[in-house]
Amino acid sequence: MFIKHITGNLIKLSFMKEKIISIIGKFGKNSGRLMDILIEVQSEFGCVSEEAVTIIASELGISEADVVQTRSFYHFFTEKPLGKYAVYLNNSVVSGFFGMDEVVDEFENQTGIKFGGTSPDGLVSLKFTACIGMSDQEPAALINSVVFTNLNREKVRQIVADMRAGKPVEDMFSDYGDGNNAHPLVKSMVKNNIRKAGPVTLGDYTLGTGLSKAMEKTSDSVIQEVRDSNLRGRGGAGFPTGLKWTFCAREQGDRYVLCNADEGEPGTFKDRVLLTERAHMMFEGMVIAGYAIGAKEGILYLRAEYHYLKEFMAHVLEDMRNKNLLGNNILGKGFNFDIRVQFGAGAYVCGEESALIESSEGKRGEPRNRPPFPVQKGYNNKPTIINNVETFCSVVKIIENGGEWYRKMGTEESSGTKLLSISGDCQNPGVYEVEWGMTINEMLKMVGAENVQAVQVAGPSGFTVPPSQFNRKIAIEDLATGGSMIVIGNHRNIIKDVVYNFMEFFEDESCGSCVTCRSFNMILTKQIKKFIEGRAIKSDIDNIKAWGEIMRKTSRCGLGQTSANPVSSTIDNFRELYENRAKELDYQSDFDIEKSIIESCEAVGREPNIHE
Amino acid sequence: MSETVKFTIDGKEFTAPKGQYIVDAAADNGVYIPVLCHMRDLTPSGSCRICTVKVNGRHMAACTTPVEEDMAIENSSDELLDIRKAIVEMLFVEGNHFCPSCEKSGTCDLQALGYKYQMMVPRFPYAFERRELEASTPKIFLEKNRCIFCKRCVRLIKDDQGRNIFAFKGRGKTLEINMDKKLATHMSEESAMKAMEICPVGAILRKEVGFVEPIGTRKYDNKPIGSDIEINHQ
Repeated sequence: MFIKHITGNLIKLSFMKEKIISIIGKFGKNSGRLMDILIEVQSEFGCVSEEAVTIIASELGISEADVVQTRSFYHFFTEKPLGKYAVYLNNSVVSGFFGMDEVVDEFENQTGIKFGGTSPDGLVSLKFTACIGMSDQEPAALINSVVFTNLNREKVRQIVADMRAGKPVEDMFSDYGDGNNAHPLVKSMVKNNIRKAGPVTLGDYTLGTGLSKAMEKTSDSVIQEVRDSNLRGRGGAGFPTGLKWTFCAREQGDRYVLCNADEGEPGTFKDRVLLTERAHMMFEGMVIAGYAIGAKEGILYLRAEYHYLKEFMAHVLEDMRNKNLLGNNILGKGFNFDIRVQFGAGAYVCGEESALIESSEGKRGEPRNRPPFPVQKGYNNKPTIINNVETFCSVVKIIENGGEWYRKMGTEESSGTKLLSISGDCQNPGVYEVEWGMTINEMLKMVGAENVQAVQVAGPSGFTVPPSQFNRKIAIEDLATGGSMIVIGNHRNIIKDVVYNFMEFFEDESCGSCVTCRSFNMILTKQIKKFIEGRAIKSDIDNIKAWGEIMRKTSRCGLGQTSANPVSSTIDNFRELYENRAKELDYQSDFDIEKSIIESCEAVGREPNIHE
Repeated sequence: MSETVKFTIDGKEFTAPKGQYIVDAAADNGVYIPVLCHMRDLTPSGSCRICTVKVNGRHMAACTTPVEEDMAIENSSDELLDIRKAIVEMLFVEGNHFCPSCEKSGTCDLQALGYKYQMMVPRFPYAFERRELEASTPKIFLEKNRCIFCKRCVRLIKDDQGRNIFAFKGRGKTLEINMDKKLATHMSEESAMKAMEICPVGAILRKEVGFVEPIGTRKYDNKPIGSDIEINHQ
C-alpha cells in the first residue's frame, strides 16, 4: 500500500511505519511524549493520517481514540495532508485592523483556492490561525513555521510566485530583523520593536551573576529574597511567585520547574522578545528556581507559533551547559538541573497552567480540577511550579540586586516593572518596560496614540476600557494585565471588529470539556452576530450580559471565567453601540424560513414560494 | 479513623470525613445536589457544572471541592437554582435531545433534571449542531448528538488491557465523543451494558435491547431525580 508523502511522492506504508517507529523510539516509546511524536510525524508526512494513528497507537499500547484525542485537540495537527506550503494567516483583531482582508483576498486570487482549502496540485494550503504573537507587525502569517510579517498584496504576490518556483520558504526573504532575529540559527524577518528598556528584564544583563549569587545562599533564603521582592506572576494571574515556590518546596518527592512560554493571549508578544533577546536570562531564572525548590528537571513549554526559535533555544541551552550554568554539578556546587523544550501545537488554553501540564504529558490540553494544585500534583503528578517567561527573567535581577531594590519600583501592591506589548492604533507599537502604576493616559502619550476610542487591556479576556477611565492605573490592583494592550482608534467598529473577533476566538479555543464554557461561548458569539447583522432586539442586550455571568460563575478555568468579558465590558462601557443596533421589538424569531427550505427545495427541484 | 469536619449547607449543620467531596458529603447527609458527570468513587471530571454551589461566597463545583472545617455551603438559593436550570436548558439547545423517541426516556438524568427544574422552553437559541452517528460496531450505537460531555464513559470503560474505548475528539465547538471502533468491536457483553447504564443520557445505547423497560416502571416515572437521597435521610 502507498501513502502520499509531503514531498508529493508516493511512499510505501512499510516505509512510513519504519519511520514512525524510529520517531517513537527516540522518545523512549513513552506515551507521555505523544506531543513530540505527533509533532515529528506531522512535520515528516504533512499530516497525522489514520494510518499513522494506527501505528502510533499500537507502538505505544494505547487506543487509537486516545491518539486521535490529542491530535484533534491541537490546531497544527491535521488528519489530511497539507500542501507543500502551509500558510497560517493570523486572523486576530490587530491583523484585521491593518489589512488582513486584502491579504486574504490576494492569497485567494493568486492561488485560486479559498481559506480552509488546499490547492488541487498540493502546492499550497491556506488556513487561519489565532494570534501568532506578532501584533506589532501585522498582518503576519506562518508559512511552514517561518514567520512573515507586515504582509500586503504585493508581498503576497511575490510569495505565491516563489511557491510556484519551488523556492524553500527560508529563501523567500533576506532582510532579517534586529538583534538575535538575525542570528544564523534564527534568520527571521521578525523585529523586536523594543521601544523602552527598563532596569529589570530589558536592562543590563550579565549571564550567571544572579545564579552565582543564588548558589551562595541557602535555597530557603533564595525563596525569601523572591518573597521580599513581592514579585507576582507576570502571565496575568498575579499570584505571588515566592509564595508559590514556598508551597512547592514544602512538598515531598521529585519536583519540576515549568516555564510557560505559551504566550497566546491575542495582542501579547513581550515573551517573544524575551525569548529572542533574553533566553539565557530566562533559563538562568529557571535554574535559580530549580535550586530554590529542589528540582532536577525543568521544561520550557514553547508555543508552536515560536517554532522558528527552536534551534536557537537548543543552542542557548548548550551554551549554558558548556559554561557549567546548566547540567551536572552546576558551578561546582553539586547541584544538577537540566531543561528540555516542549513544543505546543496550537491551543490557547495551554497557557492555563494545568492545561500546559496535561499537554506536556502528551494529552489534550484540558485544564485540571483543583485541588490538587500544581504545586502539590503537577507534571507527572509531582510538585511543580509554573511561571511565566518574564517572571523567571525578573527573578534573576531580584537575586542579583535584592528584593528590597525591586520592591522600590512600581506600586505598593504591584512591585517592579512590567513588559507591555502595545499594538493597534498607535505610532510606535512594540514592547515597553515600565514600572507598574502608569496610567492609560500616560501610556497612550508614550506610544503616540490619538483619537482613541478604547484600550483593550489584558487581551480578549481583559477589559475594554473607555476614555472616561484612562486615568486608571496599570497595576494588579487596578487594571491587571499580562501585557496585552490593544489601542482601538475612533474609526473602529468595536462590536464587529473587536467583540465578535474575540468571541469567535474563544469559541474556537475553549477546550470544550466544561460545558458552560463550550456552549456559552458559542451562544454569545451567535448573539453578537445578531447585533452585527441587525437582527438583535433590545432585550438581547441584558440577556447576553446575564448569560455571560452564568458562564463566569460556573466555568472551571480562567478561560470560561473571563471569556464573557468582551461582551460584558463593552455593554458596561459602550452600551449605546448595542442600543443603536437593536430593534424596539418584544420578540423576533431567529427562524429564517427561506434559509431553512433551501435544502429541501434543491432535493425536489422547486423554487421556494413563500407568502409573507 | 479519618478526621471529621463540621460544615453547613443552607445554614443546617452537618459532619463528614475531611476531604470527601461536597456532593458526596451532602448526599450522605440527605441533601441532594444535582449531578450529571459525577459518579461516586470515580475521579471527578468537573465538566457538567450542574453541581455548582456557593462555598464561603464563591461559586465552586461540589463534585471537585472537598469539604473542610467550617465551610458554609449554599445549595438552594434562587441564584443557584436559576444557574442549574440554565445549564439544563443549555444542554438541551446544544445537542439534539428528542425525548419522545429516545430509548433512555424515563431513565435519563438530563430529562429528569428538566422536570425537576420545570424547564418549559429554553431561554437560549438552539445550536442545531449536527454530529455523525456511529453505528458500525456490533454492540454499541453512539448517538453523538445526545452526548453532554460528562466523560463517564471516557473515565470508566476500558478494554482488558486498560486501553480507553471512549475519548474526546476535537475541542470547543467541534468537540465530540469518539469511540475506538477496533476496541469497541471486541467489547464484552458486560462492558457494553455498563457503558449504556453509566451514560446519563441516551448517547450510548446497547444495540438489540432498546425499550425493555415499559413506561410506568422506568427509573424516574414515579420518583423524581434526587428523591432517593432526600427520602433515605429524612
